[in-house]
Amino acid sequence: MTSPLIGNLDGQVALVTGATRGIGKAIAEAFVAAGATVIGTATSEKGAATISEYLGAQGTGKVLDVTAEGAIEALIADVQSSYGKIDILVNNAGITRDNLLMRMKEDEWEQVLNTNLTAVFKICKAAMRGMMKNRHGRIINIGSVVGTTGNPGQANYCAAKAGLIGFSKALAKEIASRGVTVNAVAPGFIDTDMTKALTDDQRERIFDTIPAARLGKPEEIAAAVLFLASPGAAYVTGETIHVNGGMNMA
Amino acid sequence: MSTIEERVKKIIIEQLGVKEDEVKPEASFENDLGADSLDTVELVMALEEEFETEIPDEEAEKIRTVQAAIDYINKHSS
Repeated sequence: MTSPLIGNLDGQVALVTGATRGIGKAIAEAFVAAGATVIGTATSEKGAATISEYLGAQGTGKVLDVTAEGAIEALIADVQSSYGKIDILVNNAGITRDNLLMRMKEDEWEQVLNTNLTAVFKICKAAMRGMMKNRHGRIINIGSVVGTTGNPGQANYCAAKAGLIGFSKALAKEIASRGVTVNAVAPGFIDTDMTKALTDDQRERIFDTIPAARLGKPEEIAAAVLFLASPGAAYVTGETIHVNGGMNMA
Repeated sequence: MSTIEERVKKIIIEQLGVKEDEVKPEASFENDLGADSLDTVELVMALEEEFETEIPDEEAEKIRTVQAAIDYINKHSS
């Protein structure tokens, strides 16, 4: 039985970016299980079709290239006209372009900042108007443990993820009085396609830094996101929930 | 059909939760009607929707009183 305070999203509409696989998919599935209608985005038609398939009757996949001019505004308008509202927005889409700073090209810096930070600004701006009018909304930004700890080879990614936390806090203060909360969830090392690429040796070394001595599961990130989206989290805003097996304690 | 003035006043009353007799022409949203900066942004958004127009930021900043809102809409609505 689900508690009415946690995990019940009946009648709510959620938009999850980057929902084809990994953490985004786990979040979309958790929302569907909680009773929400979910719109998941992917960068390709194929990805959008994959999302539509796993969401079934309770949602749909849409193509969204967050860096394409006007694409974000068009998607938000499309969702609002098809579904009437957006109650929950999860900014999950993100990319990495790893390189030591000495070698990092300006292009690698800009791509990561554009997709992981500037796009979040644009999506929030487009979606918050409806939330403010409804006096209800949940914005959840997916950060990363490295936004707090730093990680060599990821100055661009770490900057964007740390920026996301400051952004979330500022926006949280601006719109708290309108019943809209803005929070972040910062995953540690999660078992996704990205970490599957690691060698056994690399995994061993990572495990040494994680008290829980294992990778996290995408569902364990989704659970924290589901909490923040739930009615019972209405008084939590500007917060970052760290889900990292104890690897970094804020 | 209500006049523009009536429609603008109705929106101000709804958005700011004030009484009709408080909405005098010279009343300032922030100083007299208790609006904060977010309230005034929402008010402009509501005016944009009601009158199906887009108010540029630099114009929106100048709409600080009841009369300024009425004047702007009178001047820009077709």
